[in-house]
Amino acid sequence: MAQVVLKSLVKDYNKQNVVKGIDIVIPDGSFSVLVGPSGCGKSTTLRMIAGLEKVTKGEIWIGNQLVNDLAPGKRDLAMVFQNYALYPTMNVFDNIAFGLRNRGVSKKECKVLVEEISEIVGLTEYLTRMPSQLSGGQRQRVALARAMVKKPKVFLMDEPLSNLDAKLRNQMRVELTGLHKRLGTTFIYVTHDQVEAMTMGDQIIVMDQGTVQQAASPIQLYKEPDNQFVAQFIGSPAMNILSGFQQRLLVGFRPESAKIAGVNQEAPLSDRAQFMKRGNILSREILGSDVLYYVESGQEKLVVKDDLRYLLQEGQEVIVSVNEEDLYLFDQESGIRLRQGINLKEKQKLAGGMT
Amino acid sequence: MKIMGRIALKTGEAVMLIAVSLIFVFPFIWMALTAFKTLPEVYQFPPTLLPESWQIQNIVKAWESGPFPTYLLNSTLVAFGVLFLQILTGVPAAYAFARYKFRGRNLLFALTLIALMIPPQVIFLPIYVEMSNWGLVDTLWSLILPYGASAFGIFLLRQVFMQVPDEVIEAARLDQASEWKIMWRIMAPMAKHVLVTFGLFSFIYHWNDYFWPLIMTNSNEVRTLPIGISMLKASDGGSEWNIAMAGNMILVVPILLIFFFAQRHIIQAFTYQSK
Repeated sequence: MAQVVLKSLVKDYNKQNVVKGIDIVIPDGSFSVLVGPSGCGKSTTLRMIAGLEKVTKGEIWIGNQLVNDLAPGKRDLAMVFQNYALYPTMNVFDNIAFGLRNRGVSKKECKVLVEEISEIVGLTEYLTRMPSQLSGGQRQRVALARAMVKKPKVFLMDEPLSNLDAKLRNQMRVELTGLHKRLGTTFIYVTHDQVEAMTMGDQIIVMDQGTVQQAASPIQLYKEPDNQFVAQFIGSPAMNILSGFQQRLLVGFRPESAKIAGVNQEAPLSDRAQFMKRGNILSREILGSDVLYYVESGQEKLVVKDDLRYLLQEGQEVIVSVNEEDLYLFDQESGIRLRQGINLKEKQKLAGGMT
Repeated sequence: MKIMGRIALKTGEAVMLIAVSLIFVFPFIWMALTAFKTLPEVYQFPPTLLPESWQIQNIVKAWESGPFPTYLLNSTLVAFGVLFLQILTGVPAAYAFARYKFRGRNLLFALTLIALMIPPQVIFLPIYVEMSNWGLVDTLWSLILPYGASAFGIFLLRQVFMQVPDEVIEAARLDQASEWKIMWRIMAPMAKHVLVTFGLFSFIYHWNDYFWPLIMTNSNEVRTLPIGISMLKASDGGSEWNIAMAGNMILVVPILLIFFFAQRHIIQAFTYQSK
């Protein structure tokens, strides 16, 4: 159990700045997720924590120890890799026991520990099998068992579920969060999948282009994004961003917080709707319980998520309305969200009001 | 018509294959059969294929006509000694070439490849002088040490090690394995088929090697089988070919046995990519 602190962490590859001085505190016992598009530096950050990449500048603290120059094996952490990285010439038992033996754990104790862990992850019957004789899900469990058996201070996971099929991925997601609750150890989890991040993490760190965009709880990220990148990265479908009334402003709202109605229909608009756009439905996608409408309004395109009650037709003229509290304003140049100093009326005016 | 053509083609193929294999196998069969003939039968014209009476005692005679137990022991020590050193040096060298980034790596690897292309006949003189300076001529060391590292082995192993995913090595580092342990417990087992195949090549080469022991040894105590057998030929004035061939049988049988047991690995080593 340990808190992990990154201080002004920098990583350069061949003079290319991959991680640009990030500061992160990963609380003891948390399930922290590093999420971002590919190439954002999240995996590099994780690998620096593991000691697999040299730190160019900055500090990494695990517990009370500065670990910059500590060998990976001495950092008391365990890692689960995307491709599992099992030792192909060892059977399941030896794969799990390898790390223990290297620490000088006695044969007897090794056996007890390995059997205990295999019981937990359901591998008891497979201990004598070779990795090539296992399915993807079973290999994943071996990789997990190999990490767990060392009882590390911190678990590192680098997209561990991305090689599994959708059904197994969902199942493992639940198992991993359950495992975290039971162990109470710090988990640092890297993924590019925002759904995975939202469902698993208690702290999510959104990264882009080598910098931290925002670190917060899933709900806070969704409700209070700090900038345009986070607003659009978190949530599916992504937040609509439209140019505002003033040049330097952008207006955003989530597809699920907008209301949509036919122009001539009795509109189910709320009284508080203060932002409206007129447009035509370009296409729609029926997802089952919900429908996605792709609406063209002037030059701009927006997405609205609605339930199936009032199914609208393609080509129909509609009004899209959003409540004032569901609107987000961003600075066009920096993408930073504007929160203060703008009252309701102003917000409405800035957003362009009724068109 | 079509079917006839196909049969003709298949027959032609079979005839070709049999002809080519006969070219390779015939000298070997001839040697084996000659080993059991009497001396007059060897010189008889027209020659016989099968011995008129099987002379098992030829083998015994060959074995007893020199210190063959010593030759056999020396050959075994040299072939295994060379192999042991080649693997001991080859695995770390190949691991370094495949996995470490260091200044001069490509230059060093190019030098290794150049060493692959130099035949021992070209460099035996300086090595002889060196061995002589160290007082090692006419010892088994002079047969083992000059072959202690194999460019061919390093090259083969490097190719295998380069295919091992980075994550496997990283996982081992996180499992607190030393580099030594990663080499021998993770990398070497993954190259098992290549190690066996290379081992076989090396073993056969040094088991059969005639040139090097001829130069480096002068006394019976350190001679190897090929030298001992060549001496059979010239023992009593005239050449006793049947006894010389019997000696060759003694030389060849261990290799055939090893090949028989290693066959599976050899085939896998050359089909490794598709696994």
